[in-house]
Amino acid sequence: MTQQSLGEFEELVLLMVAALHDEAYGVAILEGLEEKLKKKVNISAVHVALKRIEDKGFVKSRFGGITEDRGGRRKKFYVITALGKKILDNQYALRTSIYQQIPKISFG
Amino acid sequence: MKINPPKRPLQFLRWFCREDYLEEIEGDLTEVFKKQAQSHPRQAKWKFAWSVVKYFRPEFIKSFKNYQPNAYGMYKSYFKVGWRNLLRSKGYSLINIGGLALGMSVAILIGLWVFDELSYNKHQKNYDSVAAVLQNNTEDGKIETWSSQSYQLGPELRNSYGSYFKFVVMSSFAGNSILAKEEKVFTMTGCFMEADGPELLSLQMMKGTSTGLKDPSSLLLSASAATVFFGADDPIGKVLKLDNSVDLKIIGVYQDIPDNSSFRGELAFIAPLEVLVNRGGRNFGWGNNWLQVFVQLAENVDMQQASIAIKDAKMKNVDGDDKRFKPELLLHPMSKWHLYSDFKDGVNVGGRIEFVWLFGLIGVFVVLLACINFMNLSTARSLKRSKEVGVRKVIGSGRGELIRQFFIESLLVVSLAFIFSILLVHLFLPWFNLIASKNIRIDWLNPSLWLALFASALFVTLLAGSYPSFYLSAFSPIKVLKGTFRVGKYAALPRKALVIVQFSVSVILAIGATVVYQQIQFAKNRPIGYELNGLVTVPIQTQEVKKNYHVLRNELLASGVIAEVSTSETTVTNLWWSDWGYEWKGKDPNSPGHIYRGAIDYEFGKTIGWKIIEGRDFSRDFPSDSSAFILNEAAVKYMGLKNPIGENIRSLGRNYTVIGVVEDMVTQSLYESNKQTIFVLDRFDRANFINVRINPEAGASKAIEELNRLFVKYNPNTPFEYKFADDEFAGKFSFEARVGKLVGIFALIAIFISCLGLFGLASFMAEQRLKEISIRKVLGATVSGLWQMLSKDFVIMTIASCLLAAPIGYYLMNGWLQQYEYRNTISGWLLLIIGIGALMITLTTVSFQAVKAALMNPVNSLKSE
Repeated sequence: MTQQSLGEFEELVLLMVAALHDEAYGVAILEGLEEKLKKKVNISAVHVALKRIEDKGFVKSRFGGITEDRGGRRKKFYVITALGKKILDNQYALRTSIYQQIPKISFG
Repeated sequence: MKINPPKRPLQFLRWFCREDYLEEIEGDLTEVFKKQAQSHPRQAKWKFAWSVVKYFRPEFIKSFKNYQPNAYGMYKSYFKVGWRNLLRSKGYSLINIGGLALGMSVAILIGLWVFDELSYNKHQKNYDSVAAVLQNNTEDGKIETWSSQSYQLGPELRNSYGSYFKFVVMSSFAGNSILAKEEKVFTMTGCFMEADGPELLSLQMMKGTSTGLKDPSSLLLSASAATVFFGADDPIGKVLKLDNSVDLKIIGVYQDIPDNSSFRGELAFIAPLEVLVNRGGRNFGWGNNWLQVFVQLAENVDMQQASIAIKDAKMKNVDGDDKRFKPELLLHPMSKWHLYSDFKDGVNVGGRIEFVWLFGLIGVFVVLLACINFMNLSTARSLKRSKEVGVRKVIGSGRGELIRQFFIESLLVVSLAFIFSILLVHLFLPWFNLIASKNIRIDWLNPSLWLALFASALFVTLLAGSYPSFYLSAFSPIKVLKGTFRVGKYAALPRKALVIVQFSVSVILAIGATVVYQQIQFAKNRPIGYELNGLVTVPIQTQEVKKNYHVLRNELLASGVIAEVSTSETTVTNLWWSDWGYEWKGKDPNSPGHIYRGAIDYEFGKTIGWKIIEGRDFSRDFPSDSSAFILNEAAVKYMGLKNPIGENIRSLGRNYTVIGVVEDMVTQSLYESNKQTIFVLDRFDRANFINVRINPEAGASKAIEELNRLFVKYNPNTPFEYKFADDEFAGKFSFEARVGKLVGIFALIAIFISCLGLFGLASFMAEQRLKEISIRKVLGATVSGLWQMLSKDFVIMTIASCLLAAPIGYYLMNGWLQQYEYRNTISGWLLLIIGIGALMITLTTVSFQAVKAALMNPVNSLKSE
């Protein structure tokens, strides 16, 4: 498991997939990220990240229905897998544990 | 406002993107684009394009390396569907394949023939640099072109124009000579040539050398001639006796002359020209033309240039009479010997090349006819395929795929036809060779032959398949599937036009064949002025025949099977000797006095059975007959004599009296007017032929047997040869007969193919209108009425094509007839009869289907709905 790496942007996308749960598809993820990050993100970047984390087995996908404004193309929904959840937990635990080692010095 | 993503970037995306990602990516991109486009349409477009570019990275690009359109499966399916279609409608398939196979085999045979014609002399190493020297002479204001030259020309060309030529070779015209090795005596055709001849003709030596002909006692033999005399033994150094006079030593053996050579059958042996010269009896002046002269150009000399340079070589050296003919020399290159051998007014005007074009065109047209069948049947049956086209289109087939599919179907048909045509060609080649008098063999292992065959098969596929595939693939799927599909009012128009083209071509061919046939018949039935049947000529090849002639004659007459025997200089079927300078009272001083001459004996007239119309025949009772002439009607006309009998004519310083006029006889070409001819008793022992009239009561075979026996008895050293005059005569129109036969066969095949197509169309029409016919029948239509209804269209088409073909055929064939002086005319009746014939054939073909449809029980077709 340890060799499974997760880039920063990938982690964000994975988090967003987990957060959106069952409603996560390209454009929803994009919009969620843009809202949180407060900056423009290119859709292609989202897709690249999605493909990578899917290859690593952190998410799985299925096709949804057709909507009018997609030019007749179906949505592809992503759901986080158990493995994905575990890696998020690990990341979170890792960061928290290191964070807690920060001496309580005043930065003021 | 509805805005769509920009087209080009989207196309680009679809082109490079992996199929499994495309759905999601395109969808998301479009969604983003639409959201943006509501506020900033222009920006959104740029953004879209930019995003697309960003996807252009390895993860998203489909693997082009392993990209397979998987067309294999599709093509396999095309073949399968095509094959099933063939099997489903066996009748049409048979018509298509049969017609195409027939057309293609005709085309292949013609192609082989054309190729053979074009390959004439090409095997010669010096093909491009060898030429024959011809001369143009102006006679009675007309320019005549001859190939014969005088003995003076060779040395003159060598001495004064030597820089132009590598070789100048004088050669006799091919003639028969007797070659003998002890008891083996054979007559063979060969030439007497100067020493450089074999090299100029690039003869392939098998044994010995070709350069020794300078020795006047040497001889070259062809391989087959050598085998005749020596079998497997080595002939080099052996001696043969030529014409019972000289012994010649064989110094070389060359390979037989190939069939496609201008010297075909003419060079069984080559003897030195000196042998002929030493024999005597030849004149060596500039005016005595009895040789042919060949030249090979020196390197870097242009044929045209050399031809112009030697133009006056003869004119400079002649005087008096010969100068009046204004002889001009010219070169006739070997590349033109075979196909461009006709001269008119001193200019080369073609020749056999016309037949190459004629047959080539016929071949193309016959294939075209078969292709038209294919096109017509395919488009006529389009209604049946239209649903298939509709469904294919709905499922996603593009027009390109459909076109490909229909092309593959035509490829299937053409391939099958191609296989059958190869079989047919193989089967009919010997027969074709017989008719065309060729010896064509097919080298099946020759790759370029196959290349040509495949290329032409492909061409036929494209030709036959193009129209149907574009036509069928153009159907609109909605119309077809909704069932409102109507073949428009004019949909049948191109089909009708094609049928008219088909029938016009067939009718033109039929007119051509009939006119050629009629012309031959016309010439055959021409009054020839003598009795052909039972006339036999025997060549006088040796002195012993001449010596023993009178004994032989007496014995022959005594045998009872022979009615009369005589001698003459030339045979009556080919009287070619002519002289200039005859003088008579009232002669136009400008006339050259050019008259043909037959040197004969007392019994000649009786032997050939000529008809004296004025005066009398030669007779031993009148000693003065040794200086008497008998004229033919044409000569009387030529001289402008009112009362020919008793007229005085001067020739070569002697006076002759006309004692009789004989009816015109066909002594040369059947197609030319009769030549002015005089007959004179042979005082100079010029007799070359014995003419024998078989007693009609005795059978020909018995007479020949007796003739043979007595001839050999008195002339043991001369091979007995004879020719029936009517065979010789038949040779005069053998070429025309051959052409007529071939055109006739092609015309029949063309008509047959056209009828096949018509048959198919008619049966299709009947099938399509089955319900209509049934309802009409139920409502009381008669069989004859239905028959009329179904046949009407075809009859109109046939009449239209006859109207089209008749003037074209008339124009073409009238032009062809112009080349003959003695020619038939094309009567309107002939055209009418051919037209009616075409109509009858059409009606028979169509009626078969029409009557079948009209006789059918209407219940059978109506009960099903």
